[in-house]
Amino acid sequence: MSTGAEVVGAAAPVAAGVTPVATGVAGGVKAGVAAQADGSVPAIATSGLSKRFRGGQLAVDTLDLAVPQGAVFGFLGPNGSGKTTTIRMLLGLITPTAGGCRLFGETVDASRVSTLTRVGALIEGPAHYPYLTGRANLARYDAADRTADPATRARRIDRALEQVGLGSAAEKKAKNYSLGMKQRLGLACALLQPRDLLILDEPTNGLDPQGMREIRSLITSLAAQGTTVFLSSHLLDEIEQVCTDVAIMSRGRLVSQGSVTQLRAGQRARLTVTTPDPADAARVLAEQGGTDVQVAGHRVDCDAREDLAPDVVCAALVASGVRVLAFGVERPSLEDAFVALTGEGFDVAG
Amino acid sequence: MSQDEVLATATVVVAQTAARTEVQTATPAVAQTGVRTTGPAAAAPSSATPSPWRSVISRIGGTLLVNELRTMFRRNRNLVLLAALAAIPIAIGIAIKVSLRHHGQNAGGFLAQVSNNGLFLVFASLSLTLPIFLPMALGVVAGDSISGEASQGTLRYLLVAPVGRIRLLAVKGVSLVVFCLVSTAVVSLAALLTGLALFPTGPVTLLSGDSISMGAATVKAVWITLLVAASLLGLAALGLFVSTLTDTPIAAMAVATGVTILCGIMQVIPQLSAIQPWLYTAQWPSYADVLRDPVYFSGIEHNLEIQAGYVAVFTLAAWARLTTRDVSS
Ligand SMILES: Nc1ncnc2c1ncn2[C@@H]1O[C@H](COP(=O)(O)OP(=O)(O)O)[C@@H](O)[C@H]1O
Ligand SMILES: [Mg+2]
Repeated sequence: MSTGAEVVGAAAPVAAGVTPVATGVAGGVKAGVAAQADGSVPAIATSGLSKRFRGGQLAVDTLDLAVPQGAVFGFLGPNGSGKTTTIRMLLGLITPTAGGCRLFGETVDASRVSTLTRVGALIEGPAHYPYLTGRANLARYDAADRTADPATRARRIDRALEQVGLGSAAEKKAKNYSLGMKQRLGLACALLQPRDLLILDEPTNGLDPQGMREIRSLITSLAAQGTTVFLSSHLLDEIEQVCTDVAIMSRGRLVSQGSVTQLRAGQRARLTVTTPDPADAARVLAEQGGTDVQVAGHRVDCDAREDLAPDVVCAALVASGVRVLAFGVERPSLEDAFVALTGEGFDVAG
Repeated sequence: MSQDEVLATATVVVAQTAARTEVQTATPAVAQTGVRTTGPAAAAPSSATPSPWRSVISRIGGTLLVNELRTMFRRNRNLVLLAALAAIPIAIGIAIKVSLRHHGQNAGGFLAQVSNNGLFLVFASLSLTLPIFLPMALGVVAGDSISGEASQGTLRYLLVAPVGRIRLLAVKGVSLVVFCLVSTAVVSLAALLTGLALFPTGPVTLLSGDSISMGAATVKAVWITLLVAASLLGLAALGLFVSTLTDTPIAAMAVATGVTILCGIMQVIPQLSAIQPWLYTAQWPSYADVLRDPVYFSGIEHNLEIQAGYVAVFTLAAWARLTTRDVSS
């Protein structure tokens, strides 16, 4: 699990990496995002979006989402929480039973799909024609898009294949691809044209660590060019590393929406001491004004409040003869926030 | 400044350094997109003189149709089906040749004429493949057309590509019409080549007793091929509709191939005489009327009306189903 320092370090490059390229001015993280968020229509907006399946199950329950243009938006939730169902509704594949959604201010449904030329999508895993080569698969999807220029097709396909690292496997039949290669081909399909919005449902499923890293840096660089990315995942590290905003789903309901920092701020940081003298340490922490002091073996921790300066506390511990093996402030990870919001239970919501 | 703040500041510095390297590593990708965005402009000279054919195709949104046909006729399964259809006239031709040599005996109907005139192998083959083999092949392809995409999951990617659902249905429908034509033509061509290779040629005696030249008879063979292909259209539409109902291609294929057999059975049950004229198989044998002089048109017309009716009804049903269904595969 990541500690505070690592989390900040990991999240910052993304934010910092986005801005210089997008705006040409270094340092204006907030400004860059805000300038796009103001004035322009949100990339994705849903209001009261609901889907009840024929079995009677309410898979998505009055969902209100707003994804500003230019955001890298993490869509989190345990298995079965309704992420894929939401994405299918966004893309006009299934009809909501109540409410509605708009992409760039335009409604998308079974009979109105033109906005989707601006959108690249990966929905619940890739899907291909097993008897066609990787390249032929992409050619077919590209031919399906009326706005795609056939004259540049070959070049765009080559580029998309390069981007996902499939250049050398382009002539293999898709049925002979490994899971990760199929996933990459699915991503290549989403990248065939310059897109304003990428909707990626668990894009790193089945990828090797190199693949995951590449996809993350691909997402970061696409976001840097101004593409809005809507990324559904249950991999919290991934979300934490690339996303600027998150929404958390649980049992079809939105339980939280905001920036990654805001979400993590909901969780309190802890001051922790590792020591062979836990009883003494606990006493000193309490004397220093620490609240919610807890002892677990050699580990003692308390709430890290503003007025509790770590350097002073540490000095007090040493002065009282407590042997300090390790000392620090642990920031909560997104995972902690996630579990706090969606519950500890392991069983999926039926 | 507290120790914590110092730490935090240090982290930000590290983070920003990391960010810079991140930006640098991202640069090649950015450079590539630069190339891409200039791409269309660079391609402008070549697209300034587009072939009229290509512009017509893209006007009707037909690049998908071209791709669909290419995919259809490159798919091994479909090639095997077509090869099996081509093998039937060849096998019949050889069997007749062999039985002639050994027994000097002859079958009835068109088959009886084959040994006198190779062209009759075309008529014989069509009459043998129309009741079973052609509808079977078509049933497989039609039943699979939408349900196959759904079960593979490619349907959702086509729809978000995006392809409008009506356009997708049109592309699938047109490609099935082409398949009807190609599969029938494959039988005819294989029969023609086999017939010409194995049997004598000469004037053709029609069902009405008149005799016409080989050239005129070949023209009639082309007409018959077209009529047989048209006879399959009703089934094509039915198969297309069935394939919009399910995500299980095997089920759709079973229905689309089985329904022809069912029609054959219904055709011989006297109690069903009221509906028999409206089965899509009812007037299938009517194509033979082309081999009369003058041609009898009433059966042929009735057949075409039935096929048109089936196409209208089932295309509408397929449209109603596909444009309203949830795609959750
Ligand atoms: N076509 C369907 N019919 C009935 N229930 C469905 C269907 N698709 C999904 N569900 C149910 O809806 C809930 C949400 O599913 P989903 O959106 O796929 O979750 P996830 O967040 O894991 O992507 C699940 O309980 C699932 O069983
Ligand atoms: Mg899912």
